[in-house]
Amino acid sequence: MDRSHALEAVREVATEVLSVEADQIVESARFKEDLDADSLDLVELVMGLEERFDIQVPEEDLDGVTTIGHAVDLVLSKLS
Amino acid sequence: MSVRRTAIVTGASKGIGAATAIRLGASGFHVGVGYVSDADGANAVVAAILQASGSALPVCIDVAEPSSIEAACTSVESEFGAITVLVNNAGITRDGLSMRMSEENWNAVINTNLTGAFSMIKRCSPAMMKARYGRIINVASASGQLGSAGQANYAAAKAGLVGLTRSVARELGSRGITANIVAPGPIRTAMTAEMPQAWIDKLEAQVPLGRFGTVDEVATTIDFLCSEAAAYITGAIIPVDGGLAMGH
Repeated sequence: MDRSHALEAVREVATEVLSVEADQIVESARFKEDLDADSLDLVELVMGLEERFDIQVPEEDLDGVTTIGHAVDLVLSKLS
Repeated sequence: MSVRRTAIVTGASKGIGAATAIRLGASGFHVGVGYVSDADGANAVVAAILQASGSALPVCIDVAEPSSIEAACTSVESEFGAITVLVNNAGITRDGLSMRMSEENWNAVINTNLTGAFSMIKRCSPAMMKARYGRIINVASASGQLGSAGQANYAAAKAGLVGLTRSVARELGSRGITANIVAPGPIRTAMTAEMPQAWIDKLEAQVPLGRFGTVDEVATTIDFLCSEAAAYITGAIIPVDGGLAMGH
């Protein structure tokens, strides 16, 4: 999967889980500051990504994941 | 109930769990009736629910075994859909004075009565989050507040449920999920029927209402906490103890 496809899929999951507009989901968007997501929102987002991509994301892999771009990195690393 | 929701009750082959499963079935929930070894007991509970035009399924579930939890929850979900009501009732006792209590008996009670509840909550809460709805009821005990000589493991596990329940209530509240404790006092069950009469008399004398409670009195309280009517109650300890632990 290339990066733009991964971003598109993350965007779909994020708009549903975080109740934000699709155009807010850009690589630089920060979960907390830009998307108003709390820790529970992030758990839901990760659960959504796990389901969507059929991947497992252990808790320790979430360290430092603070933006949509990081989430795309994470998904791509799990798929490779 | 506008939507027929799915509930799971652990330790439901007899006693408080059985009465709770039957009550929830009558209230219109699909009910997963959890048991460990007493399949006949669970089947009888399921039969009683079906007889009353309810919907139920027996599931073998040892809450001390995560693989058992996974298998049981998956089978309930495939039959009835997402579990949004969880009653953690499964419990064991391994009594003895603390100074003589083996690590094994300490661990066994903590693993089933406290860690088992945590594992069930962990397994069931994602579906509740998705549904933006959930009811978690943990069955504790008056002994969790009062302490209980000869039951340090049991009382510690039951007190631990309070911290677990209230943490979860805070974590999941924003998703419409409530988590509460029901804390029974002395209740007439197979477990207490084995007590010597002198103990029963002594206990009854300590209870302001002067008697043991019934499993139905606990079950109706749990049923209420599972209902839409209890939507604004979370993190609460509801005693069903004849007044035994009041003030604690």
